Amino acid sequence: MSWHARSIAELAAALERGEISSVALTRHFLDRISGLNGALNALITVTADQALAAAAVADRRRAAGERGPLLGIPLIHKDIFCTDGVRTSCGSRMLDNFVAPYDATVVARLKAAGAVMLGKANMDEFAMGSSNETSFYGPVRNPWDLDKVPGGSSGGSAAAVAARLAPFSTGTDTGGSIRQPAALCGVTGIKPTYGRVSRYGMIAFASSLDQAGVLARSAADAAVALGAIAGFDPRDSTSVDAPATDYTAALDAPLRGLRLGLVKEFSESLEPRNGALIAATLDAFRALGAETTTVSLPSLPLSVPTYYVVAPAECSSNLSRFDGVRFGYRCADPRDLRDLYERSRGEGFGAEVKRRIMTGTYVLSAGYFDAYYLKAQQVRQLIAGEFRAAFQQVDLLIGPTTPTPAFGIGAKIDDPVTMYLNDIYTIGANLAGLPAISAPCGFVDGLPMGVQLIGPHFAEGRLLNAVHRYQTATDWHVRAAPGYA
Amino acid sequence: MSLTSRDVEKIAHLARLGITDPEKPVYAANLSKIVEFVDQLARAKTDGVTPMAHPLEGLTQRLRADEVTEADDREKYQRNAAAVQAGLYLVPKVIE
Repeated sequence: MSWHARSIAELAAALERGEISSVALTRHFLDRISGLNGALNALITVTADQALAAAAVADRRRAAGERGPLLGIPLIHKDIFCTDGVRTSCGSRMLDNFVAPYDATVVARLKAAGAVMLGKANMDEFAMGSSNETSFYGPVRNPWDLDKVPGGSSGGSAAAVAARLAPFSTGTDTGGSIRQPAALCGVTGIKPTYGRVSRYGMIAFASSLDQAGVLARSAADAAVALGAIAGFDPRDSTSVDAPATDYTAALDAPLRGLRLGLVKEFSESLEPRNGALIAATLDAFRALGAETTTVSLPSLPLSVPTYYVVAPAECSSNLSRFDGVRFGYRCADPRDLRDLYERSRGEGFGAEVKRRIMTGTYVLSAGYFDAYYLKAQQVRQLIAGEFRAAFQQVDLLIGPTTPTPAFGIGAKIDDPVTMYLNDIYTIGANLAGLPAISAPCGFVDGLPMGVQLIGPHFAEGRLLNAVHRYQTATDWHVRAAPGYA
Repeated sequence: MSLTSRDVEKIAHLARLGITDPEKPVYAANLSKIVEFVDQLARAKTDGVTPMAHPLEGLTQRLRADEVTEADDREKYQRNAAAVQAGLYLVPKVIE
């Protein structure tokens, strides 16, 4: 089997047996990137020299007796994570010239584990988008159909894993930005519990929703990768001070008696072919011993409007740091300080980012705060309460990740609200801080679709276990996009 | 609720966002649609509901000891600035 088709565990075993070195493995993936990335545009920056140097270090560490599940394994970081000495653009003209002066904790932990960064993945500008079309560096193309979007905002991370340019990648998820592209590209992506993975060095979008996670080809691979980045970090004040679990330990646990709740509000209006896939997925879980029932979360349909108050409000505050003074884009020949601020921001940010900053500024402005922001945080409380009640009845919730498969590049970019509705099934987990995973569950029109499982806080292990058992009984996750096998 | 180009001007000024005249009606139309969309929240019954303050119930943000933990990397950080001089960030003259 070609190196790029192997799982992380298989690659680690091959490295251990000396069948391949990390340098040779890294070169193999770099060769794939140089051959395939031109058409996909999945990476903004390729760090070939640093990758080969890091791989040589990993080989020396192994020769010195060190072991580890990611020692010498290549990966791609979403370009939202600060990487010391490497441009960190966040998909924006604003940070096109920004060389991060330190590593994000996610980056530092993967480095310490011996993982080898191949480059930085393309993304929607400042992670604001569901199609990767808002990137300053141009859209990412879906490996399953180059005329389709890969989803967003972690679209480059998802397309890269689907095209087998790396065994895994990092991503971030504020309203579905790991799960939605994972679904549309046919890979497995997990958004952990809010606070489970450090946000230190991860460029902020909406601080009460942002969470880092991983995309990989299987739940087993995702479990290894997530294990390396999860855990307490004193440098992030929202990091949860609780030890991280070994997510690989319980992967094989039988699902007998697992109570899965189909979310009524997600399944009512499903397009029939999507509905048939979800029904077949429920059958597969029942065959594995799970029990299924339907649960209702009546406020959940309000999650998208709630999100489009809370997220823009927080973004307008977070992005005020980009002022053209200390870092980032500065306009030419500013007349005065106000002109410097306004033109640097006006020219440095793209249209969607400006829309969200203005929406956030509006809902937080005098006279509107109670009607929008306070109201949204109340509805958010209702939604979180309904999730809590649901988890009294079932262990995990299940439903589709997206309403449709990947859509055409350009199809929705001019209509923000239609674009926002892509995240209708994913946003609820962010509002309530819950962990959720998307895994491939079949095809519509030859394009991959995802099933989403949502768990109570800190149930990452259970989610990975459920999907891993599903993936031992099905083969959707091992299908490769034509031309990328 | 419908927003006008004038509303957009005011919001853009509050956010210190330079936008061009031809962009104003486009943003006015976009923002009106977004605001109309989020207006459906008004229908939700939220009497007596405490607004969410933290996604993890019962958790509050930690405090840390007020100690210096970072090294002085000013020079490294200032390499990302457009204009610095003698360790200071330069901006256009503010006081005549």
